[in-house]
Amino acid sequence: MRTAPPVTLGRVVVVGAGMVAHRLVAGLLDRAPDDGWHVTVLGDEPWVPYDRVHLSELVTAARTPDDLALDPHVWDDPRTTLLVGDAVARLDRDAQTVTTRGGRVVEYDQLVLATGSWAWTPRTEGTDLPGVFRYRTLDDLEAMRAWVADRSAVLGRPLRGAVVGGGVLGLEAAAALQSLGASATVVEFADHLMNVQLDAGGGEALRVLVDDLGMDVRTSIACTGLAAAPDGSVATMRLSDDDEIPADVVVFSTGVRPRDRLARESGLAIGERGGVVVGATCRTSDPAVWAIGECASFDGECTGLVAPGNAMADVVVDRLLGGPRLYTPAPEGTKLKGVGVDAASFGDVFGLTPGALEVTFTDPVARTYRKLVVSDDARTLLGGVFVGDAALYPQLRPMLGRPLGADPSAFLAPEGGAPELGGDLPDDVVVCSCTNVTAGTVREAVTEHGCTTVGEVKACTKAGTVCGSCVPVVTKLVNAQLEASGIEVSRAMCEHFAMPRAELYALVSAGELRTFSEIVAAHGTGRGCAVCKPVVAGILSSLRAGHVLSRDHAPLQDTNDHVMANLQKDGTYSVIPRVPGGEITPEKLMAIGAVASEFGLYTRITGAQRIGMFGARIDQLPAIWQRLIDAGFESGQAYGKSLRAVKSCVGSAWCRFGVRDSVGMGILLENRYRGLRTPHKFKVGVSGCARECAEARGKDVGVIATANGWNVYVGGNGGANPRHADLLAEDLSDDELVAVVDRFLAFYVRHGDRLQRTAPFVADYPGGIDELRAILVDDAQGIAADLEAEIAAHVGDYRDEWAEALDDPDKLDRFAAFVNAPGTADPDLAYTPLRGQVRPARPGEPAHHDPRVARTLEVTR
Amino acid sequence: MSPDVSTGVSTDVCALDALVPERGAAALVDGAQVALFRLADDTVLAVQNRDPFCGANVLARGIVGSVGDTPTVTSPMHKQVWDLRTGACLDTGGKVPVAGSVDLATWAVEVRDGRVVVTHV
Repeated sequence: MRTAPPVTLGRVVVVGAGMVAHRLVAGLLDRAPDDGWHVTVLGDEPWVPYDRVHLSELVTAARTPDDLALDPHVWDDPRTTLLVGDAVARLDRDAQTVTTRGGRVVEYDQLVLATGSWAWTPRTEGTDLPGVFRYRTLDDLEAMRAWVADRSAVLGRPLRGAVVGGGVLGLEAAAALQSLGASATVVEFADHLMNVQLDAGGGEALRVLVDDLGMDVRTSIACTGLAAAPDGSVATMRLSDDDEIPADVVVFSTGVRPRDRLARESGLAIGERGGVVVGATCRTSDPAVWAIGECASFDGECTGLVAPGNAMADVVVDRLLGGPRLYTPAPEGTKLKGVGVDAASFGDVFGLTPGALEVTFTDPVARTYRKLVVSDDARTLLGGVFVGDAALYPQLRPMLGRPLGADPSAFLAPEGGAPELGGDLPDDVVVCSCTNVTAGTVREAVTEHGCTTVGEVKACTKAGTVCGSCVPVVTKLVNAQLEASGIEVSRAMCEHFAMPRAELYALVSAGELRTFSEIVAAHGTGRGCAVCKPVVAGILSSLRAGHVLSRDHAPLQDTNDHVMANLQKDGTYSVIPRVPGGEITPEKLMAIGAVASEFGLYTRITGAQRIGMFGARIDQLPAIWQRLIDAGFESGQAYGKSLRAVKSCVGSAWCRFGVRDSVGMGILLENRYRGLRTPHKFKVGVSGCARECAEARGKDVGVIATANGWNVYVGGNGGANPRHADLLAEDLSDDELVAVVDRFLAFYVRHGDRLQRTAPFVADYPGGIDELRAILVDDAQGIAADLEAEIAAHVGDYRDEWAEALDDPDKLDRFAAFVNAPGTADPDLAYTPLRGQVRPARPGEPAHHDPRVARTLEVTR
Repeated sequence: MSPDVSTGVSTDVCALDALVPERGAAALVDGAQVALFRLADDTVLAVQNRDPFCGANVLARGIVGSVGDTPTVTSPMHKQVWDLRTGACLDTGGKVPVAGSVDLATWAVEVRDGRVVVTHV
């Protein structure tokens, strides 16, 4: 529904290029007319608007600034202009212009101030020393990262870091320092960590968990000054208890203040505690000027979270288009991210509501602290605190201010007693506070917009796309709505099997049946087809029930698996031997050259760091492979639903940036998972440092070296639907890495759907990557040992398929071109020259049946 | 593209045992490329080996299955499906053939004394 454009839209100028500015522009593009207006966004940072909420992942999860960029396509729209790296210096409200530091003058009809906050630092001696940082912008983090690297090189030892401020950001900063190899002391003026979000009990529980991470926490202590080393860099921090601690790198995370200078200087109304005064319309004291996000003061308060800023951006979009929307502050919740411990809270954390009751469950063994605050009749949920286990947070936060529907203590029971929430939430409950999406909107995505998966609902509504904590609830809502609407998509694989692959896998795995005829008789109907037969063949292979080439399985295989080569457009095949790590000796290169030359094969470096030879006739495959095996090659399984290749960068062996031996790890992984049959093909990448030259996060399994070990990511993909892999586990040793990858792949074999790559598998897994991490890293289901055993058995049983085929004359029958004329080749094959090699000829083109002759043909085209 | 073939001439192609149940095999019958399929009940059916949708001689390498009670083969190239008994195309996958009919030519097959004999009809 579009609102008629009011006369006021015209030239919209937004000062500040942060998350809420992006939200505003995206909202305008979504709702405003196709033309007749233009929005210009001016930012002082030299970056396109990025996801500040996940800033720490630059360091802790090896993300790049590009990863953090918010949907950059909005800047491709001709109705938008983005100017970054040039701060606005002056606002002239009479002339309706803003002037940048670089001298650019921009006229506006409507001005939106979205200047955000600045990181406040106490006025303490030494805060301007080299090595002292704030924790607010991409540049802050890049500078801190560079300092840690350079300074530890100068000092020849790991740095000792100190963070002033034990709030959410301070803890994130401390975790970031640790992941850069520095130690971290956290100095907090209040008497417990996260003192704004947690009560004393929660704060104490958090301290225990943070201690375990190796952080040194000092509460009720202030930083009273910093002192320099002889070379002028920061070296020590003095504390209010007269202690002095080493501090080679210092981060201040002591709160933010609204950036309201432009507004002040131009005479707009400013709040008592700073910030541009706005009402519920988000208009300032000048009707042509609006303010949104952290620079806006509503009811005397400025916010420090993205959700209210997004809500304000939505209000301004609506108002600019003549709508009636008003901003109403919603209760805020906070969840600690990226630190490695769970802590979250929402609502009336301190039980300040008159008559409020607190129900607390503390488990010192499991190291959890959970508290619900309820109304005096114990019915209405007023707030909650969760430390050590925040699983209840996304479920309960949407219930704030509503009847709980059960005894509060039932939710806090230690094991599984919690009543199920999610599916029956009222329509007006906001499930995703970051994007302000209600349960009703999620349901409509299913009923009105035809979404049938959580991924589609996320794309349609944006719910769950910012911090992700609501995805479990969204998943429940979507599933419940799909069921209720009777839209259940048929889960049948084909007419022969009524169940999806994962269920068939479970049935076959649990039973004794090991031939297709037995399996289709027991669990299906008919004689199978091109859909279900390869699935059964893959399942039997995953269960190591006979060789992929065994006579029982032969009728089940696609031609690619049947002849262990990849069918090309003219009926010939490609031959791609395994080249683990892309590492190949000159002698092996010559062997490939000799084979390709002798058989007239078109030769090309593939995208997977190996060499493909194309145009091998089915009857030539055994002779070609005999030559390759004699030269030391083995099958590359380029034809199978199995591991393709492990792509790696050159790593620490040669690269001056490499921190680990990525080629060595790539070879180890390739040799471990070669031949493993999976629901679809899978690819692996290993990068030797955070520069990520192997593009590992575009792979099904991506491994990235850090100073502390390996980070492993899963569910990435290139191709038509690119997806960056999600972080599964961090800082692993070689053995730990192998164990986690083993578990992930075995789990994918068990639960993946037919031809489902890991990207949708991970994206659609109920509970998402967090649930997968609980199962695969924390072993929440107690299946890790089983999963590892399955891979170990595969590794133990591995034999090269091509070597085995060549050793068994029975298996060579299948390569005859004609059953009654084994020596005859397909007479219809014909080739034409192409850049010194050949390709299949089209009708009428100059051609020869022998590619060795065809490549020499003279052709004028 | 297929050479002229004389009808009514029978050709002894191979032993039944040379065919793997529910897996195809290509044969040359009077110069024509034929795809033979031995079903689970040892019936043998024969259609042209050339896939009309891509023009390559690959149908003998397709997967044998069933649609209802009808025995079928699926092209290994782009997964079109044919009735092995009549050659009728059951699923074009929304594609058009490079030339000629979507349906396949068929041959009559008899199994005599363990030998597979193919006759063009």
